[in-house]
Amino acid sequence: MAKIILKGVEKRFGDNTVCDGIDLAVEEGQMVCLIGASGAGKSTLLRCINLLETIEDGEILLDGEDISLPGLNPQPVRRRIGMVFQSYNLFPHMTAAENVMLAPRRVYKKSRAALRPEITELFKRFGLADRMDHYPDQLSGGQQQRVAIVRALAMKPEVMLFDEITSALDPQLVGEVLDVLRLLKDSGMTMVLATHEMGFAREAADKVCFLKDGKVIEEGAPSALFDTPKHPDTQAFLARALK
Amino acid sequence: MTKTNAAGKTRRQIYEDRLRRRSMLIAGGSTLAVFLAVVILVPMAPGWDRVKASFFNWEVFAKTFPKLLEAFKLDVAIFLWSAPAIVILGLLVALARDTRNPALFPLRILGAAYTDIFRGVPVVLTVYLIGFGIPGLGLPRPWNSPYIWGSLALILTYSAYVAEIFRSGIESVHKSQRSAAQSLGLSDADSMRYVILPQAIRRVIPAQMNMFIALQKDVALLSFIGPVEIFRQAGVFKSLLANFTPYVGAAVIFLAVTIPATRYADYLMAKQNRERS
Repeated sequence: MAKIILKGVEKRFGDNTVCDGIDLAVEEGQMVCLIGASGAGKSTLLRCINLLETIEDGEILLDGEDISLPGLNPQPVRRRIGMVFQSYNLFPHMTAAENVMLAPRRVYKKSRAALRPEITELFKRFGLADRMDHYPDQLSGGQQQRVAIVRALAMKPEVMLFDEITSALDPQLVGEVLDVLRLLKDSGMTMVLATHEMGFAREAADKVCFLKDGKVIEEGAPSALFDTPKHPDTQAFLARALK
Repeated sequence: MTKTNAAGKTRRQIYEDRLRRRSMLIAGGSTLAVFLAVVILVPMAPGWDRVKASFFNWEVFAKTFPKLLEAFKLDVAIFLWSAPAIVILGLLVALARDTRNPALFPLRILGAAYTDIFRGVPVVLTVYLIGFGIPGLGLPRPWNSPYIWGSLALILTYSAYVAEIFRSGIESVHKSQRSAAQSLGLSDADSMRYVILPQAIRRVIPAQMNMFIALQKDVALLSFIGPVEIFRQAGVFKSLLANFTPYVGAAVIFLAVTIPATRYADYLMAKQNRERS
């Protein structure tokens, strides 16, 4: 069974329907990229999977278990699903290491001393060994975003969601963050990305979904979707995006 | 290649030096003119000699100042035990007003009513009502002390303002910070305590400092219900010596505390604005 299954997910903000009956399956260890214009519903969909937004209708299953059940306590679910945001959202009053240790300390009741070796390893793996005790405003955008990824990974999630995590970066910093994503994929992490990096999606994704007006218009293997898009909307979007 | 003069300055630098000299000259000249006008014109007023004798009597000033300073210790003491209570109560009220838990809904209403009432009544009235009203219940010593109830009046009033400032700080923290905390699986209470509050409190420190400077001044209002603090002491001297100079002495003592504190708060505020832009 797929790791994550979305069935007819609907999300409205007032009269504005942002997700309009979305079906999606993400297999264990897969990287799925959501593409589409701004406002297509990619970010909102990720926020719904992480239960940061409640859905009006439909179901979200994690390992077959309905996590969109109204009244369900979202905290245990969020621990299993890590999320990284476009604007990094590091906590500015804490060092990188403190950012990473906060949730394991509070949620898993681990001490700083017990966590330190473990997270030092993570920082090393993502090329941040000498940045652990820096504050976010002392780090470049790329470094901040990598710290944000480490922070999510420290909770040992089963799934990672990435919401346009390279969109706020200077072009020369995008590469270092995408390298981290490749590293994660190779380690077998299940990942869902909302992204504008078409080259990366084509090269690294297992599946690409094109969203428009809150609907999945077309999905498939990257080679099929990018080279021979079937739907005219997909063709029009790709013609503009790949120009 | 820009032409430079003998001192190695560019045209632009020479021009800006000239502008700077000119504006310093004008500022100095106008300050001097205003100062001279005050020094010459005020003593020409018909009542100046009388005012000088009753407000600026050096002998009275020198004689009463040490006692005033002594009495000011009481103002500082009242400030010191009220301020921590205000911080704690203010924070609790701010949190109560922001709570989303339906079981705590009564707290939200109470918090709103509390801040409305105590911000809406003049401080001196609250001091009177609580300072005279509660001991009027016939409480035994020491529970009829005006120190307790006067301080409580100040605590209740200032906590209302301080709570609103904390609340504005909490609301100024971008909601993406809350999202990030929640996405890590932190509870709402932990998100508030470790992520939102530390940032919120840091942001409102200059504003809170201004509140506490105002509190130090308002301690003088307790003189109306009994405690012989500096304002009351100055009043006693005024009656004894038939001279208003002790009030000027009291003002000098207040200023010695409030001006440095105000300057420091302004400095913090300016520093924060620089950091955020």
